[in-house]
Amino acid sequence: MAMSKRKRARVVRGVQYGILVAVILVVALTANWTKIRTTFFDLEVAGDMFPEVITVGLFNTVVYTALGFGFGLGLALVLALMRLSVVRVNRWIAGIYIEFFRGLPALLVILAVGTGIPLAFGTFLDKYVALMIALGIVASAYMAETLRAGIQAVPRGQVEAARSLGMSPGRTMVTIVIPQAFKIILPPLTNELILLTKDSSLALFLGASVSEYELTQFGRVALNESRSLTPVLVAGICYLIITIPLSYLSRYLERRTGGRKLGTPESTEVKA
Amino acid sequence: MSTAAETPGLAVDIAGLHKSFGPVEVLRGIDMQVKRGEVVCIIGPSGSGKSTLLRCVNLLEEPTAGSVVVNEVELTDPDVDIDAARTKIGMVFQSFNLFSHLNVLNNITVAQIKVLKRGKAEAERTALANLERVGLTGRGTAMPSELSGGQQQRVAIARALSMNPDVMLFDEPTSALDPELVGDVLAVMRRLADEGMTMLVVTHEMQFAREVADRVLFMDGGVIVEEGLSEEVIGDPQEERTRAFLSRVLNPVHVNGPD
Repeated sequence: MAMSKRKRARVVRGVQYGILVAVILVVALTANWTKIRTTFFDLEVAGDMFPEVITVGLFNTVVYTALGFGFGLGLALVLALMRLSVVRVNRWIAGIYIEFFRGLPALLVILAVGTGIPLAFGTFLDKYVALMIALGIVASAYMAETLRAGIQAVPRGQVEAARSLGMSPGRTMVTIVIPQAFKIILPPLTNELILLTKDSSLALFLGASVSEYELTQFGRVALNESRSLTPVLVAGICYLIITIPLSYLSRYLERRTGGRKLGTPESTEVKA
Repeated sequence: MSTAAETPGLAVDIAGLHKSFGPVEVLRGIDMQVKRGEVVCIIGPSGSGKSTLLRCVNLLEEPTAGSVVVNEVELTDPDVDIDAARTKIGMVFQSFNLFSHLNVLNNITVAQIKVLKRGKAEAERTALANLERVGLTGRGTAMPSELSGGQQQRVAIARALSMNPDVMLFDEPTSALDPELVGDVLAVMRRLADEGMTMLVVTHEMQFAREVADRVLFMDGGVIVEEGLSEEVIGDPQEERTRAFLSRVLNPVHVNGPD
């Protein structure tokens, strides 16, 4: 039977809608809604989590992430500059560091820093410091490459103009290149912040006192006490409160810088 | 206005200059001088090495051989503080190269403050005076992207002037501009020349070269083919290559396209 292309497309679309409706109907009619509701969203259990889920859980997640991101960004900047260094050894060290830590699971790094350093040096390592270092190391390996790309994306003419005004290479980097590089890489950096927010949940493997719980640990403890999955849902919503605005911010920044080329309107660097 | 009379001597003295990019020799032995207060235009076809020559004057390109002396400082001497020397050599680029993250005023003050260590107030005073000089009073808060090409180039000139340079280098300053914006930039440059600024200009603007320049150099194939007073080189070229180039530039209708 010959069917026109357009007619066939319409039939295919209709079948897809039909399947979707059927699935929804089957789930809605067969599921035990009361059970599902008490399992996933027991208002009483959810209510018991407040306000600590915000004042402790969400708070610590934000603090761990911010510390790790700040430390990681500083480290990434050093690594990126080393990658672009004229000294070959610097390039090697940074390259090895980046390959090494990009290839390891974040959890291993967190365990190594959080339990390894205190064991090896026989010192007590504050939870906040341990996570700042561990998350920073994880994030820096990714951000270093992003930063390097950003620095290299700054048009050459900007460097030449700065140098022709008597700025030293270091001064040019700090005053002219790095500010423009950051503008270019703001969207990917925001994405890195989202990833790090989620990675901060791995802190739960380090063990913590109640006041140090971040969202995932907070949710897990509440889960053990309540025998309802509600705490997981609440913790999840709290993560989304952080990450969804960030992802909108990232997309907004991408739109803002994506269309317009940074630097001067030079498309033709033709020189006689 | 000219200080050339009181301070005899050379602003730029280049001898035996060679420059290679890999296996390609772009400059093949250049000797040239620019006197204080003199305006010299460098003309020539694309790929003749004229921009490279200009960029060797402030060592944006490192010469392969030869010496470059600007205001009695030998820049090719490895012990010379090149950053300090460059503060006295203003440069204006074909593609303007305004710092895209800074507004007009900060574009002009940043090097004054960070390099010359001037106070903010003094730097801004200098900036505003030079903005007025290039006819852009009141545009200090604009971002470069909000300006036309001609305005951007005039800001770039103001930025270079604010360092109080002894020499100004112009690398095809009007080549990236829409035709109707060329005049404003050339007018600023002409005024600068009248004020006695020492200028070295790579340009395709033959009328400007003829009227404003004291001397014109014609380059081709990495060497200076002909040099002399501007009206002589442009009005009555002696070399065949100069004649051929000028006839192409001055009568562009008769050729297939620009070089």
